[in-house]
Formats: sequence, C-alpha cells, structure tokens
Amino acid sequence: MHSSHQTNAAWLFLTPALLLLAVVGILPICFVIFYSLHDTFGGNVFVWVGSDWFMQVLGSPEFYKALARSLLFSALVLCVQIPVGVMVALRMPAAGVLATIYIVLLAIPMLTPTIVVGYLWKVMIQPGTGLLYQSFASIGFTLDINNPVWAWAVLLLMDTWHWTGLVVLLCYARLRAIPDTYYQAAAIDSASGWAVFRYIQLPRLKLVLAIAVLLRFMDSFTLYTEPYVITRGGPGVSTTFLSHELVQTGLIQFDLGQAGAMAVIYFMIVMCVSAAFYWLIVSSGEGRQGL
Amino acid sequence: MNSRFSFIPAVFGLLVMIPIYWLVVISLQSRGAITQSLVLLPIDSTLDNFRVIFTDPDWTMGYVNALIYVTINVLMSMSVAIPAAYAFSRYKFMARRVLFFGLLMLRMMVPAILLVPFVQMFSSLNLIDTHIAVAVAHCFFSVPLAIWILEGFISEVPIEMDESAAIDGYSHFGFFRHLLLPQIATGIAVAAFFCFMFSWIEFLLSNALTTINAKPFGGIMSRAGSVMTANVPLLAAAGVIGLVPGVLLAISLRHHLARGFSMGRVG
Repeated sequence: MHSSHQTNAAWLFLTPALLLLAVVGILPICFVIFYSLHDTFGGNVFVWVGSDWFMQVLGSPEFYKALARSLLFSALVLCVQIPVGVMVALRMPAAGVLATIYIVLLAIPMLTPTIVVGYLWKVMIQPGTGLLYQSFASIGFTLDINNPVWAWAVLLLMDTWHWTGLVVLLCYARLRAIPDTYYQAAAIDSASGWAVFRYIQLPRLKLVLAIAVLLRFMDSFTLYTEPYVITRGGPGVSTTFLSHELVQTGLIQFDLGQAGAMAVIYFMIVMCVSAAFYWLIVSSGEGRQGL
Repeated sequence: MNSRFSFIPAVFGLLVMIPIYWLVVISLQSRGAITQSLVLLPIDSTLDNFRVIFTDPDWTMGYVNALIYVTINVLMSMSVAIPAAYAFSRYKFMARRVLFFGLLMLRMMVPAILLVPFVQMFSSLNLIDTHIAVAVAHCFFSVPLAIWILEGFISEVPIEMDESAAIDGYSHFGFFRHLLLPQIATGIAVAAFFCFMFSWIEFLLSNALTTINAKPFGGIMSRAGSVMTANVPLLAAAGVIGLVPGVLLAISLRHHLARGFSMGRVG
C-alpha cells in the first residue's frame, strides 16, 4: 500500500478537492493575516505595521468583552443542550414508526434557514402578538427584550430549540448500536437505571458526546445571523458576540487591519479547540477508521 | 430505551414543533389580523401571502437564485469530493491525518472570518452578485462535509471489490463509473442532500456576496424585515417556503440524519 505508485494515485484523486479548498479556505486566511499586519490607505496601498493591530485588539476592552460574551454563550448552550439532549435520547423508543417521527421532527429546526429562525423568534417575542411573549405573559412574566437578561434568555432558548436535536440525534444513533445482551445482563443483575446509564450507556456515548460538544461549541461560538436579527446585538452591546463584532469592524467600519487581527485571534481559538477535540476523538479509539 | 418517562421525547418533539406550527398559522393570516392579538388557530386563513410571493418576481427570483447557487455548489462539491473520499478511504498516504484535521478545521471555520477576504477576492474577479461566487464560497464547508460523509460509505465497501476490478482490467474511471458509484449511491445522496441543505440555510455569506441579480430569499427577507412597517405574515410565508426543502430532506433521509449531521462519524 505504500508504493509510490499508490501514493501518486492518492494525490491524483485528492488534487481537485485540495485546490478548491486552498482557494476557499487557505487563501482567505492568508488575506486575513496580510490585513492584520498592514495598514491601508484607500484599500489598495498597504503599509507594513507589524504587530500594531494585534496590540490594539488585545488592548481593547470591547474585544475581550465580545470574546467573553461568546464564550459565556457557548458555555450556557453546552450546559443546557447536552444534558437535555442526552435525557431525550435515553427515553427515545428503541425503534419503530414513533422513533422515526421524533427524529424527523427534531431535524426540522436544524434544516431551517438561519434567517427564518431569526425572524420566527423575532416575531415570537413581539409584545401582545408574539407566541413566546404571550406564553410568558400568561404565567405572569413580561418579556422585555430591552433587558439584557431577557435578551440572553431568548437567544439561549432559541438556540436550544434550534440545535438540541443534534445532541439527541447523535446520542440516539449510538445508543441504538448497543447490543441487547448488555441490557439483558444488567436486568439479570437487577442493575438500577442509573447503573445501566453509568456503566453501559455513558461509556459508549463518549465519542458522540465529544463530537456533539465540539459541533455545538463551534456553531454557538460562531453564531451570527440569529442575534443579528433578533436583538441586533443589543440592548447596548449586551448580545454582540465575536462574529457580530468582527463583521461590524470589517465590513461596516471597513477597518481591515483591526478586523484582520481580530479574525486571526478568533481563528487561533477555533483551531486550538478543534485540535484538542480532534485529539480526544482520535485517542478515544472508537471512531470510524481514519478519524 | 427506557419505558419510564417515555413521554419526554413526545413533549420535546411537541415543543420543537410549536414555533413551526405557529409560523405556518401566521403565514396564512392577513396583515391586519395579527396586529391585534395572539393568533393560535388557522381561522380566516388565506393563501394571499403565498400568492404575493409567487407572483412577485423579486421574491420568486430569491428562491430561484438560492436554488441556482445551491445546485452549482452541490455539483462542484460532489465532483471533487468523490475522488478525494476514495483516496482517504483506500490509501494510507502520509499527511493523511494532517489533511483530515484540515478538513475538520474548515468545517469549524467561522464564516465571519472569511467574509471580508471573500468580498475582496470576488470583487477583484468581478464576481460579486453572481451565483458562482456564493457557490464557490460555500465550498469551504460543503467539500469537507461531503468528503467525510462519503469516506464513511466508501469504507463500508469491501476493498476486494477494487482488487477484483483491477484484475478484470477496469480503468480507474471505469471502476468508479460502473462499480463504485452504484455501490455508494446512498452515500452520494446523503452527502449531496446535506451539501444542499447547509448551503440553503446559510445567510451571512450568501447575503454579503450578492446585491440584486443573485440575491437569495434570505437577503430579501432581511431587507423586507428590517423596516418598521414589516409585513409579518408575508415574511412568515416566505419563511414557510424556505422550510420546505428541509422538511422534504428530513423525511426522505430519515434513516441517515445522524450521519449527515455528524459529518459521517456517527450512525
């Protein structure tokens, strides 16, 4: 398998994909790195400024606050969605029409255009006419989107509605693959429900949970469209996450250098987290061959 | 798996469906009907909003534009991903691990980071506001996705098939065309549908790279929704139409959803 003929064939098959990915993945990153190291006048003359932009970004409280908000949001997302997702997956029927119906229903929010999710939730929180607003009103709460706590609660609820199905879907797929003999053995030992979960189900969920945590972390950490529609980053900047801040700096203020430095730092964080999870998933030794 | 608390998935499924149900109800109302109070039931329903969307070229072209760039993206992604997935499945070349990690990185890439470079790249090529720009831009997630999903399916085909094909004198192309592709037809469908969906639901890049001629429905919704006097039932109807591909996909790929959402790693 290691002959050079084989290797040449492999590269032949890989080249078209790698070329395309170089253009849409690596080239843009090179652009961003270039912006982060230069200042520009009118967008076509670039002057080398070294680490100036990085110093500016790393010295700016706005950046740290946006980063902290993004990390906090992702942490809340994981704290809510992973336990809820596992709990629902554990109670799913093992097979049959009902299981299939649940799976299809759970998948629908995930396949909804993000802009539609944004508008749906924006309409849901309209005072007087919105479904969510009226639901809270009926139990005595006034949903006030101009209050940061409510704005966060709405975004967290929206994201939980949107993406918890992912956790359910992955855990359920893995749970179904556990042979019945394990449960039969547990029944003979009259093991408690908790023992079954702790010693039979949880160990086998490790890999899917790692994947689910990674996907949920990344997608919430890079969230843009829904907060952009629902809260516009407000009240004030209380729901302005890192992606929003970056788009504002890069595209609205057109401050390429600062946006570039911010993007490089953002990218480094994403890369470190991905690398950590990749290592975790590979070393779990349970993944499909090759991962 | 447990019979106790087996109502939990039912409750969860119901909660998930309520906002969707409500979106459909709203889309069937007239503009005035929903400004007074909460509407919960589809009474006094009308298809007027859908009629408006299907007769207004701005709206219809929004869906057509999205369909065009999504289709280009799927064709492009699949044609480069099938051979690449084959290489990942069958050859033990060096750098394999590194490349696989690279694919994961691209899937995790932040669209907001790519936004400014893409705008610069495509405007210097005079490709802003073209379907091809959005289709190419979306490849950063669709190609890795397709490779990962297809690699899983190809690895399930016994390698003996490749070997006997070589003995029978098949060329690489003949082998792909006549033996491998029929074997992984399901995988191709799953990968293509997921590329389709992730491109269909994306907003930031598809909106920023287009102005008029290639503007997708998402951009038109964003424009129509940002004014104070937004026509909410019309927007709801636009949203319901945007939901149709996802519902069809969820139903037709019901047995492969875990695989698509986990990049081929689970299920």
